[in-house]
Amino acid sequence: MLKFFLARLLTFVPTFIGVTLISFAFIRVLPGDPIIVMAGERGLSEARYQELREQFGFDQPLIVQFWDYLTGILHGNLGMSYVTKKPVWDEFFALFPATVELSLCAIVIAICLGIPAGVIAAVNRGKFFDRALMSTALVGYSMPIFWWALLLIIVFSGNLGWTPVSGRIDLLYYFPDTTGFMLIDSLLSGQKGAFASAVDHLILPSIVLATIPLAVIARQTRSAMLEVLGEDYIRTARAKGLAPIRVSGLHALRNALIPVVTVIGLSVGVLLAGAILTETIFSWPGIGKWMVDSIYRRDYPVVQGGLLLIAGMVMIVNLIVDLLYGVINPKIRKR
Amino acid sequence: MVDATADAPRAPHHRPGRLKEFWRYFRENRGAVIGLYVFAFFVVLALGADIFAPHDPTQQFRDHTLLPPFWTAEGSWSFPLGTDPLGRDILSRLLHGARYSFFVGLVVVVLAASTGILIGLVAGFAPKWLDTVIMRLMDIILSFPSLLLALVLVAILGPTLLNAMIAIAVVLQPHYVRLTRAAVMSERTRDYVTSAKVAGAGLGRLMFITVLPNCLAPIIVQMALSFSNAILDVAALGFLGMGAQPPTPEWGTMLAEAREFILRAWWVVTFPGLAILITVLSINLMGDGLRDALDPKLKRS
Repeated sequence: MLKFFLARLLTFVPTFIGVTLISFAFIRVLPGDPIIVMAGERGLSEARYQELREQFGFDQPLIVQFWDYLTGILHGNLGMSYVTKKPVWDEFFALFPATVELSLCAIVIAICLGIPAGVIAAVNRGKFFDRALMSTALVGYSMPIFWWALLLIIVFSGNLGWTPVSGRIDLLYYFPDTTGFMLIDSLLSGQKGAFASAVDHLILPSIVLATIPLAVIARQTRSAMLEVLGEDYIRTARAKGLAPIRVSGLHALRNALIPVVTVIGLSVGVLLAGAILTETIFSWPGIGKWMVDSIYRRDYPVVQGGLLLIAGMVMIVNLIVDLLYGVINPKIRKR
Repeated sequence: MVDATADAPRAPHHRPGRLKEFWRYFRENRGAVIGLYVFAFFVVLALGADIFAPHDPTQQFRDHTLLPPFWTAEGSWSFPLGTDPLGRDILSRLLHGARYSFFVGLVVVVLAASTGILIGLVAGFAPKWLDTVIMRLMDIILSFPSLLLALVLVAILGPTLLNAMIAIAVVLQPHYVRLTRAAVMSERTRDYVTSAKVAGAGLGRLMFITVLPNCLAPIIVQMALSFSNAILDVAALGFLGMGAQPPTPEWGTMLAEAREFILRAWWVVTFPGLAILITVLSINLMGDGLRDALDPKLKRS
């Protein structure tokens, strides 16, 4: 067991260094000198240019620059945003809770609907429910979510007027962010209607973000269930006269969940990619929108730092999923 | 999987051809057949866009801006699906947009699959250290959310359709490397490979002629999957302003241009998205059919 953990951790380190190398290379392969870009249209004098080059360490050999960058990361130093002049690290972690809140809501929706849908489809294999659910899942899986978001806005915000179009909460309410999670903060503030407003703002973006993971989870649950339902122990359970709901709901589902859990864990990358689109459309102040805005503004330190931190997050979650998978399923440890 | 080269001379006429057998399984999946027909229909529309489109896709009819589709009261038959804020015919733009989508899908799949298969074959046959290096590199690419990496690559290369295609191909290619390598690993120890080796087959022959044909099934399924992914991603990039640039009638770009009018003119938003959805859906339906037809584990015979 320990050997498996160590082996998995060992592959983490070179991959992480590779990721830092890519984000390090990013600012250096861009067309144009970053200092000139930073100076903007006013330009700057030769002396000031040299001074800045020294300040940012661009006069050092590349290998020294990379070492400085790497040690900087370990100290939580990712440079300053050109636009806001704030440390990238601080900006990222100020916006991160918004993305986590949205992603968590999305994944909860996806799990709560996706697993039952998959089970129902598998139990009714080939019948009407199976076909209807799996066709819906395939549509969800094929959905261009940026268009889906616009459609939902047209119907629910435009025609019905049920939900707001953008943001996290009405401007009426103001309270300090204690946790960064709007749902919790609004409850803590004790203001009337604040929590309801936060929920209203969250509904559409979470539905949009949940769409693809929901479809993936439903399809994966169905195929895992079908595989398990064909096994001998299920036949035994049936032969014993257990209620069908107990057989499929308990005996089969428990084993079918193993691959489903992996899919859920691995959908973090999908969620973050979806968050880029969802947050942009709903003006949700999270890291997805922050990255897109920074790309538009050519705020390269932010793009570079954000890229690294997001990849780091995905890697850490994948590592945890792999390790957990090793705990749940002993077979995998032997590889 | 059977080795085609070894089996063919033994029973040339009694077994249905591989293509025929494949078609038999594929046909059983009704969804896949529907997907194929829809896809073929769209391909024909895209190829004949010049003939079918009622207007030039970039021509602006300034007297007819934001005209609704023909079945509404103000709609007219000369602009069947209405016009956009600049007075361009939406149907014509959609038809020409289909060309971009299929072109993008095709180029991206060819690019990603050919490099990915090659690298995967090398990784599968290479000494352990090289294999490790290649797989770590692929892990690195896979640790970035695909759309984010594509966005950043386009930011570096400059926002054009070509760069968007390259970026998406780079992002999709590791999947081919992994699939090919995994397939090669399981095939490499089989007897037929050993016998080819003993017979004196060189590394190149071993890789491309002996092993590769037997690894193709999962790769073909992946190709269908990445075809639809490429169309979705390039539309997403276009939507974010980082793909094809206006006035190109690319579906994602059309959606981006229509965004501010969503509450006033539903049709400028609805149709481009519907086109993306139907195309992607038909390809995914075919992909599912391909998987069922090619996956030996699921075959009932």
